[in-house]
Parts: sequence; C-alpha cells; structure tokens
Amino acid sequence: MLDAHGHAQAAPGHEIEIPFNVAPRPDTGLYNGKLGIWLFLASEVMLFGALFSSLILLRTAAPEWPRGWLELNVPLATVNTMVLIISSVTVVLAWANLRLGNLQRGRLFIAATLACGAIFMIIKGFEYGHKFHLHHYPSTSNFFATYFLLTGLHGLHVLGGMIVFTYFLTVGSKMWHTEPQRFTNRIEIVGLYWHFVDLVWIFLFPTLYLL
Amino acid sequence: MTEHVMPEATQPPIPPPAADHRTHGGVHDPNAGHSPEEIRREIRVYMIVFGALAVLTLATVFACYGLKLPVHYAVMVALAIACLKGFLVAGFFMHLLSEKKLIYGILILTVFFFGLLLWAPTHDILDKFGR
Repeated sequence: MLDAHGHAQAAPGHEIEIPFNVAPRPDTGLYNGKLGIWLFLASEVMLFGALFSSLILLRTAAPEWPRGWLELNVPLATVNTMVLIISSVTVVLAWANLRLGNLQRGRLFIAATLACGAIFMIIKGFEYGHKFHLHHYPSTSNFFATYFLLTGLHGLHVLGGMIVFTYFLTVGSKMWHTEPQRFTNRIEIVGLYWHFVDLVWIFLFPTLYLL
Repeated sequence: MTEHVMPEATQPPIPPPAADHRTHGGVHDPNAGHSPEEIRREIRVYMIVFGALAVLTLATVFACYGLKLPVHYAVMVALAIACLKGFLVAGFFMHLLSEKKLIYGILILTVFFFGLLLWAPTHDILDKFGR
C-alpha cells in the first residue's frame, strides 16, 4: 500500500510492499520495473554489440567470406522476420487491450505472441536441422561459428521471452484480479524486452543472411 | 491491502497511475494515462507501423537477394533499411519517441559504448590490413 507520495506503508497484518511498482518515482518519473528493464536492455545491447563487433572483425580480416544468401535459407529467415514483427504488434495490442480493461483480448494477444515465438523457434529448428544434415557446424568455419552463436543466443532470448509470456498467460494473470495496473505494467515490461529481441533480429537478418 | 476481485473479462479502462497526463505532439507517452479513444488511436498507429515494417522487410530482401547488388551497395541498402525498421520498432513500439529523460540518458551512454565497441576493432583491423 502506498501513501500519497508513493512511499510504502505496511497495512495491518500484511508485509510491507515494494514501493513504486505502479506509481512513478518522483525523481525518475518511472515505475521501478520500467527503469530496471531499460538498464537490463542496455546491458543486452553491449552483449550483442560485442558479438556484432566480433563478426565485423572476423569478416573484414578474412581473405574471403561466404555470401549469406548462398549458404543460408533466406525465404525461411524472411518468414521468421515477419513472424517476429507480427509478434511485436501482438504484444503492443495485448498491452493496449489491458489498458482498455479487456483481459480476455489481452490474453488472446499474449497467446498470439507466444504462438509467434513458437513458430519462430520451429522454423529455426528446421533451419538448424538442415545445416546439421549438410554437416555444417560451428566448428566448420568462422562464418558458421558466428551464424550459430548469434542466432543461437538470439533464439535463447526468444525462448526466455516465451517462458515469461507463458507465466503471464497462466498463473501470472491472477494478478489482474487484484492489481490490474501492475499486471498491465508487467506486460509493458516484457513487451519492451520482446521488442528488443525483435530489434536484434532486424539487424541480424540482413547482416547474416543477405550480405 | 484489501483485495477487490474483479470480473474476468471486460472492465472499465485502467485509470492512470499518477497525475502525469501529458501528450507529446500526438505521440504516445507510455508513462501517462490515456482515454479509450486515445488508446484506440494508438492501436491504429501500431497497425500502420506494422505495415511499414512488413514492406521494409520485403524491400530488404528484394534489394539484397533479388537485385544481387554489389556487396558495398547491398551493405548500405540493407543497413539503411534495418536502421529505419529499428527506428520504427524503438520509436513506436518501445515508445522511445516520448520517453523520460533518464531513459534517453541511459541509451545515449549505451550507444556511446556500443559505437566504441564497433569502432575500436574495426579501426585496428583497418590499420593493420590497410583495407
């Protein structure tokens, strides 16, 4: 329970609540979860930045480097790009519908996002399976090492997002009945993460597959 | 805290969490509350952005895969379109067009170090190989 200034107050018989879960902090203008996710995303930019930097280093120093579209499946990756873009839209639609007070539609769009994530992973699985069938492994060449590392790490991020969405679609959605604003904020936060995952793929797609 | 159990499906729009109800030239302020009409307008913007992202994705594939451009042209076209798509996702879906100064500060610091991370090894390799 928060007082008029957003400070935590213990209700009789209850544990003290973490402050600024819903109301923005006066000094930052943000609720804590949102500031937290942006700091996390900043660290993620550095993680993927280091790997992109390695790719540039390897590629510019290599005497020859395979053209991505000759080695990788561009049509499948294009479908995956569209799937992730659609999932980004479904996340914002879930958030917008929750703000409109419509849990049913919000959950529907969360489920659609989860389905898009699953489709992305299945397509990626087919792509990996085909590469392994051709005996293309991370140890095959620097090109495949960077391909598997970057797409693999990105895939793990998609998987992480799917786990969180599954939680909010099932047991996590109980919070709506007691704290609808806080639940809506949680969907905004996981949405920001999901958009970042989409953003990484937007740059991975041309860098790996088309150049 | 007293628990108020609410109906499962539709209920009145969630009121804004604070008295911070600002607009930024029609762009959504994610930290402010909005009326249902404003939220529906935002949904229309999201759909337009989705259409633009879909068209730009196909344009990237056509420019790089269909036209078979020389590598340096393909790199420029692909990265330019990727940057535009990135702007649309970050600006509209992540609401960076209307965020708080603190988040801009965090991102400026991140972009600086990200740029350093990309520049340092490239600079080194260009020095060594003269390419």
